[in-house]
Amino acid sequence: MLDIKNLHVKLEEEDKQILKGVDLHVPAGSVHAIMGPNGSGKSTLSYVLAGRDGYEVTEGEATLDGADLLQLEPEERAAAGLFLAFQYPVEIPGVGNMTFLRTALNGQRKARGEPEVNSADFLKLVREKAATLKITNDMLKRPVNMGFSGGEKKRNEILQMAVLEPRMCILDETDSGLDVDAMKLVAEGVNALRDEGRAFLLITHYQRLLDHIQPDAVHIMADGRIAKSGGPELALEVEKNGYAEFEGEVA
Amino acid sequence: MAVAQPKIDLAESLLSRHAAPGPGARWAQEARAAAAARLRAMGAPVRRDEYWKYTDPARLTAAELAPAAPLEPEKEALYGDRAQLKLVFVDGVLDADASDALALDGLTVEPLARALATDIHWARDLYGVLEARGQDPVPRPLAALNTAVAGQGVAIRVSARVATPVTIVNRQRAADSDVVLHHLILLEDGAEMTLLEAGPAGARYNTCLEVDLGRGAQFHHVRTQGRDNERHAITHSFARLAAEASFKAFTLTVNGVLTRNESVIEFTGDDAKAHVAGAAAGDGRFHHDDTVFVTHDGVNCESRQVFKKVLRNGALGVFQGKILVRPGAQQTDGYQISQALLLDEDSQFLAKPELEIYADDVACSHGSTVGAIDEDAMFYLTSRGVSKPDAQDMLVLAFLDEAIQEIEDDALADGMRERLAGWLARRR
Ligand SMILES: Nc1ncnc2c1ncn2[C@@H]1O[C@H](COP(=O)(O)OP(=O)(O)OP(=O)(O)O)[C@@H](O)[C@H]1O
Ligand SMILES: [Mg+2]
Repeated sequence: MLDIKNLHVKLEEEDKQILKGVDLHVPAGSVHAIMGPNGSGKSTLSYVLAGRDGYEVTEGEATLDGADLLQLEPEERAAAGLFLAFQYPVEIPGVGNMTFLRTALNGQRKARGEPEVNSADFLKLVREKAATLKITNDMLKRPVNMGFSGGEKKRNEILQMAVLEPRMCILDETDSGLDVDAMKLVAEGVNALRDEGRAFLLITHYQRLLDHIQPDAVHIMADGRIAKSGGPELALEVEKNGYAEFEGEVA
Repeated sequence: MAVAQPKIDLAESLLSRHAAPGPGARWAQEARAAAAARLRAMGAPVRRDEYWKYTDPARLTAAELAPAAPLEPEKEALYGDRAQLKLVFVDGVLDADASDALALDGLTVEPLARALATDIHWARDLYGVLEARGQDPVPRPLAALNTAVAGQGVAIRVSARVATPVTIVNRQRAADSDVVLHHLILLEDGAEMTLLEAGPAGARYNTCLEVDLGRGAQFHHVRTQGRDNERHAITHSFARLAAEASFKAFTLTVNGVLTRNESVIEFTGDDAKAHVAGAAAGDGRFHHDDTVFVTHDGVNCESRQVFKKVLRNGALGVFQGKILVRPGAQQTDGYQISQALLLDEDSQFLAKPELEIYADDVACSHGSTVGAIDEDAMFYLTSRGVSKPDAQDMLVLAFLDEAIQEIEDDALADGMRERLAGWLARRR
């Protein structure tokens, strides 16, 4: 589903290379995890895939089911089925959560040539998904992420994912800042969406999330590259030994 | 300081340009003559004047008026299907046939000319009175001109709490309409009314509203100005508040070439409240100026100014807001915020916030900001599949909403939101 080949990315404004040749293949139906030290480029990879400004791809490619992602605008990537749960969800004063979600869903549907969802069906859909994530009506009514606690913001990301039903879901540290119960809710949210036509890329620092969501593969990112790939056992190794091994490789 | 000769000459020319307002009671003739004398004494506004340096008054005072193509009349649904007493002005002349009967429980409405022709009339204590008080310390020559020459408008006296709003619907028919309107509103102690206004009064217009609020009286004013046309406008709202009175005004401005809205508010009693707010969205040659002057001369009064502007394609926004706290006006709570969202680098916002305080136990604050669209918010929205134009509109509406929230009546506020959203959609 997601294919990344030799991706090199630098900052647009500065002469700073952040991704230095990332290779990654995430097949449909699978869950892959990326771990790696702070500052190794995990969020940068997710932003570049989602189409954020400020980065320059100097080499390599990224495709979603063969379509060149890097040529698309962020909203086109979303309509193509890509979703990024932000490490730091953005607060948007004055824009209601519901209005936002509905405009997003219908924006995607319109771009794909599908009919818009009417407000009654939409309301039903959101209420249902929100309930399973323990997101209150009050939160739905508030402006996007405004006054949400760290954990509430992360659950709101998963709600958006559940409503938009993307094919390729990238979750950037969605587990950070979650209490034990919320972590379970989020994991259940992800597991409920797992199916053959969909893939996940989980960026995380903790083995714990992977106890709830069994990954098919784990990758270690260090200094802008995938330094090692393996099975779930790789996460356990990291938990025990840290990243010294990989940092050594880089130096 | 001697007034420069060109200002005096221009004042004379302005006075001579308008047809005589017709006969009136002796007191009315005196009020007009006094206003003309005020105008001659202060001179017509010119760019060099302190409060006109951001807005060139030339287009408001030019002998040649820039014509503006009339618009299709508004869909009256603007203020919803609510019951209202509608007053229709066509090119600045009251159209009695198109208007509702001038009667409402607790409220009397009269054409201005009739009030000014009546020998013994309450209007005598109001016509030009608040305008004259509002000339010091900042001269407002076009308001004095208005009092001197106005022949059209309404005089409303409110004696009870009236829920049904009075709506002034302005319609422009002639491309060269040059309109002067003067409205008087007297709210007796404990009285309440809502005034709604819609539509451009003319290609060029000068309006003056004098509102006198008795003890505990409440006045709500919501108006929309202009749409996508060539209009040039100056409006003045003068309000005087007795103790415990409440004055709340909101203006939505969408395009037009030049709009200057002046609000001059004076607290004369204690424990009163005045909120003035405005949301403006403009494009290209749009020039929008909010000039506000609030004088606190009572104890424990609250004033609040909230002005938001969204500007693009070289549009220009101006805010001049002053809070004056007179000696003895203790426990004053004065708040003022003016903010502009610039959608491109060609647009500009000029702000002149001022505080002048002669009491020691007061809390006054003011702030002014200029910003661009928040790129992080834009990315967040688009990354979810919201199209760029939709995302920008959402952020623009969110920005202006802080001013719209100043409207107490939710249905009216929603009406403003819809109107703005519609305008944004049309402007893509
Ligand atoms: N806009 C930017 N300006 C300057 N440096 C940047 C910018 N964006 C990223 N970087 C740098 O690029 C490197 C990679 O950052 P990134 O956020 O991708 O790391 P990460 O792997 O997600 O780290 P963490 O685990 O802490 O979230 C860091 O050194 C960071 O400081
Ligand atoms: Mg990160």
